[in-house]
Amino acid sequence: MSYIEIRNIFKIFGPDPDVALELAKAGSDKEEILAKTGNTVGLHDVSLSIEQGETFVVMGLSGSGKSTLIRHLNRLIDPTAGQVSFGGEDILSMDIPTLNAFRRKRLGMVFQRFGLLPHRNVMNNVAYGLEIQGTDRKTREAAASKWIDRVGLAGYEAKFPDQLSGGMQQRVGLARALATDPEVLLMDEAFSALDPLIRSDMQDELMKLQAELHKTIVFITHDLDEALKIGDRIAILKDGKLIQVGRPEEIVLNPADAYVQAFTRDVNRGKVLRARSIMEPVKPASGADGFSTAHAVRYDTRLEDILPVALGSDTAITVTGHDNHPIGTIGKKQILDALSVHSND
Amino acid sequence: MFPEQLNVPLGKWVNQFVDWLVINYGTAFEAFADSLLTILVALEQLLRGAPWWLILIAIAAITWHASKNWKLVAGLVIAMFAIGTLGLWDKAMQTLALMIVATSLSVVIGVPVGIAMAMSNRLRAIMLPVLDTMQTMPSFVYLIPALMLFGLGKVPAILATVIYAAPPVIRLTDLGIRLVDPEVLEASRSFGASRKQILFGVQLPLALPNIMAGINQTTMMSISMVVIASMIGARGLGEQVLMGIQRLDVGAGMEAGIAIVLLAVVFDRIGQAYGKRSQRTSSAEDGQ
Repeated sequence: MSYIEIRNIFKIFGPDPDVALELAKAGSDKEEILAKTGNTVGLHDVSLSIEQGETFVVMGLSGSGKSTLIRHLNRLIDPTAGQVSFGGEDILSMDIPTLNAFRRKRLGMVFQRFGLLPHRNVMNNVAYGLEIQGTDRKTREAAASKWIDRVGLAGYEAKFPDQLSGGMQQRVGLARALATDPEVLLMDEAFSALDPLIRSDMQDELMKLQAELHKTIVFITHDLDEALKIGDRIAILKDGKLIQVGRPEEIVLNPADAYVQAFTRDVNRGKVLRARSIMEPVKPASGADGFSTAHAVRYDTRLEDILPVALGSDTAITVTGHDNHPIGTIGKKQILDALSVHSND
Repeated sequence: MFPEQLNVPLGKWVNQFVDWLVINYGTAFEAFADSLLTILVALEQLLRGAPWWLILIAIAAITWHASKNWKLVAGLVIAMFAIGTLGLWDKAMQTLALMIVATSLSVVIGVPVGIAMAMSNRLRAIMLPVLDTMQTMPSFVYLIPALMLFGLGKVPAILATVIYAAPPVIRLTDLGIRLVDPEVLEASRSFGASRKQILFGVQLPLALPNIMAGINQTTMMSISMVVIASMIGARGLGEQVLMGIQRLDVGAGMEAGIAIVLLAVVFDRIGQAYGKRSQRTSSAEDGQ
């Protein structure tokens, strides 16, 4: 069983969720249910398993239900039907005090428009989670200082949110979420409101932090490039339904349907695809003979880094595995196939 | 002509209800009235007994605390001084005592009611027409039952003032809490804040500028009630206006009217300064 289990979640918004739920379970789609009952289907039979320590991205356009989905994980929204559990613990059966204790200890959340407390300075915003837990002032300010320093805001402790730029405000949001040392970090379009360059910086920052902290991160975005960059796995939502779940390369190489394919068309494949996914595998019997050792790349090399090697070689280049043994080859055909959008049609 | 058979004897029912209240709860009302009266009389004695210059110093100190602005302090001290030069100092202190008690009572009742309205849409739907009624119903209408329950004097005057003056602070407390950014509330919920922690740590501090504006309006409205309150026996500046009407003494009425305006200006400016200060807490170090 995975760390976070979401089982058959339905969420209906509207005056008469029960009727709409029956229709949804019977297979009616969002528009049909809205026309018949006046209820909006937010999530339609979504099941997900999220492993401990992974960065799991939920991608979808506005109205796809992604923000609704993430709010089920800390019960800011309760589902109409379905189950959510953390490490085997059913969070939907928790009463309010238990739920609050669960939120305090195990979850941190970062919001699209930051959600900072405008009447508190940076220090007191970052220390907020610990204050809610009842930690004494000295301890919580020490922890807050550490995280303020860590996100690069040392010296800004006494500033108020309205005195900071968007990027700096979101650093405060991130520090606030991390200050309680939660197991799970929920990030709701955390970087969507930022300028492209700042956004890219923050993505790098998050990946750097994650490399050390190994939190379980659930990250919501409408930007596929962002999803592919930071996600270990990606779930794609459309109209409240789960369309596809997979590693970034799986999404790009094997889109589940035309909708996903339309998304992946403009993706920079050079950054997403890695040697292992595009190589021609070695047949087990053929052994290590006849491989070029001068032109070899590791299995996890990105396509953009393979290109210069391949261009410098007349023959197919070698892909090596964990133990430096050849596991496959990449020739011109594999590279052209990988770069061509319609290779799978 | 509207058919008489369809007349509803609402007036009779109200009379029966008030009679029932007087008969069954007369002593309770009297006890409540006595305690209110004790507070009011004590405050009135304090204000009237204190030397005039001490009151001016107190006004100056409060204004300075609220605004940190010497010009405003000087202006308001001059305004209070002017009331004295009109020969109305003692009556102004009576009015001030009435105003302070009525405003405090309005805030003590109004803020919790406003909070409850912000929490419950149903209560809000019930309260909005009640508040409209409180503000538009001519004050004389509820002066009659107040007189029956409490007799002539200061207590019915205070209650009439509270009924008239409490709606702004109720409305603006409700509005202020409802205007708090939902994402900020979501953030504090996501960190596991209890309802109490959210109310006192997030909602009330962020609604404070609106609540202060409501208290300011409530203060102004309670000052504007002094003339009507004087008709049922409250002493003070209103009494002077009433005397001016009865004796057709335009000068006396004018003097008292100016004194009421000056008192209103002083407390409006102080209230506004506190309102601005509560808004500034988000960037307090700007220092202005």
